[in-house]
Amino acid sequence: MFKLKRDPADQPNSWRTDNLPAWGLFFVAPWIIGFVAFTVYPFFASLYYSFTNFNIINLTPRWVGLDNYVELFTADPLFWISISNSIRYAALLLVFATIFDIFIAYLLSQNVKYLSIYRTIFFFPVLVPVVAASLTWIWILNPRYGLMNGLLDLIGIKGPNWLASPDTAMYSLIFIGVWGSGRQVIVYLSGFNDIPRQLYEAADIDGASGLQKFWRITLPLLSPQIFFNVVTLIIFSLQSFSEVYIMTQGGPANSTLLYAVNLYERAFRDYAMGYASALAWIMFLLILGLTLIIFKFLSGKVIYER
Amino acid sequence: MAVLQPAAPGRRAMTSEERNYLLLQRARSVIKHAVLIIFGIAFMLPFVWMISSSVKPNIDIFEIPIRLIPKSLRLENYVDATNAIPFWQYLWNSTYYTIFATIGAVLSNTFIAYGFARVRWRGRNVLFIIVIATMMLPFQVRMIPLYILFARIGWLNSFLPLIVPNFFGNAFYIFLMRQFMMTLPKELDDAARIDGASEWGIFWRVAVPLSKPAILTVAIFEIIHTWHDFIGPLVYLRHPTKYTLSIGLRLYFTQYGAEWGLLMAAAAMFTIPMVIFFFFAQRSFIEGITLTGLKG
Repeated sequence: MFKLKRDPADQPNSWRTDNLPAWGLFFVAPWIIGFVAFTVYPFFASLYYSFTNFNIINLTPRWVGLDNYVELFTADPLFWISISNSIRYAALLLVFATIFDIFIAYLLSQNVKYLSIYRTIFFFPVLVPVVAASLTWIWILNPRYGLMNGLLDLIGIKGPNWLASPDTAMYSLIFIGVWGSGRQVIVYLSGFNDIPRQLYEAADIDGASGLQKFWRITLPLLSPQIFFNVVTLIIFSLQSFSEVYIMTQGGPANSTLLYAVNLYERAFRDYAMGYASALAWIMFLLILGLTLIIFKFLSGKVIYER
Repeated sequence: MAVLQPAAPGRRAMTSEERNYLLLQRARSVIKHAVLIIFGIAFMLPFVWMISSSVKPNIDIFEIPIRLIPKSLRLENYVDATNAIPFWQYLWNSTYYTIFATIGAVLSNTFIAYGFARVRWRGRNVLFIIVIATMMLPFQVRMIPLYILFARIGWLNSFLPLIVPNFFGNAFYIFLMRQFMMTLPKELDDAARIDGASEWGIFWRVAVPLSKPAILTVAIFEIIHTWHDFIGPLVYLRHPTKYTLSIGLRLYFTQYGAEWGLLMAAAAMFTIPMVIFFFFAQRSFIEGITLTGLKG
């Protein structure tokens, strides 16, 4: 997604370059209107609101300067808890989902029989509505009657309390996150299928080991897919809300209070709209900074042409 | 990888090296399938457990040790589940939201993408970079001002805040459709133009029919997205008659916390339309995911 298609006829003096933007603007007009109304306006309004406090009754903002930001950094322990939770969640999910999904996609790329059935199975969790999946997981992870501890009982292990214990709740969410990451398997699988077989045959002739082939051929040629998945996974997992809000509401003992959950509760439970806007802006800057860093360090390592 | 055929009958016997190699290959294949089967079962278990719990009578739900295949069936759970909450109302709300959001997404994004892909004009590329850049903006930044805006114009507790923005394009879909439209041969436009077609005619008679796969992909993505949507309805639909299933199910959970049979039946009824839908649309869907522009 980060390398745009170039239009081959996109050069001066091509006969279609009439340079009259009328028709072009006609077609993109809906986007421009939507962009102004639903992106530009809220973007600046949110910045303005972050310097205000809201009257709950009639939703009018009152200017308070930097108060929200000062409070957020100096007097709000939940801000720091939620930021560290979100980073931990995103980092662990990134590591586990990436390793697992590459592994599964690799197995699927090896001419397995019934490929379409396996592919459907690993993709299946994506189809289950997030609310239905989350409620089912609450029930599966029920410490006494749930499927998970029931299965562990069969092999003589006493399972933990999963979502109900601060020690395991976060790991349960990451586990569920990996379960729901089938979209990435499909992307990796398409990447594996694009790697020319001849490269492996050539490496075989040169006597390369399996590990060498993986590091020297597979990983570099899979880099566009890895890059795409890593960037999207980081951006999405830092904004994770629904699953966590449904399953734990940030508990127990704030152990799963992710940034977006905290923000939502500030905005729509406490109606602290100004404060929540400041939280949103910090989140925006954090994601922007992180994305820029990833682009700087990773995009140079991505190999597009084969 | 070298392809090793088993020695043809009547020819020389295999050497022990060849036999070892074949054995190794076979062992690897067995391990590969075993791993896939184990993980495959593990991935389906939550769904199996959902269905299994949805047909258990309440006493069997709380049975230790657990039982994956119910010993007695109670299909009435499904009927009870639709009576315990206004299930049909919520199902209709979900459907209504999905239909109109999808119509909006398909119409607007096809139209907009054409302007970015097939018409050449000054400023097009700059504007397209802005389209891409908007993908970076977290939903949370826009959420609060939009909520206040829609509250002020009296749109809360209606589907308008969820549906109307869909008629103005979405960066991801514009990107996807533009990438697709750029692969269509330019000669078709030229031929149509020589025949006297206007820009609108080319859009409607040439680009739209040829872009059907991409249009289908956008429709599929949007149907799944809307059906699943939780935070949108959570923010804008506060009145219980307006709930979609995604909000309604949650209400269920708090109200009937102990009645897991009914809840799982409702969850299954919420999930199954997506499963059926997926089986019809599977190919376009998988292609859509790979089409999202991974290839330059």
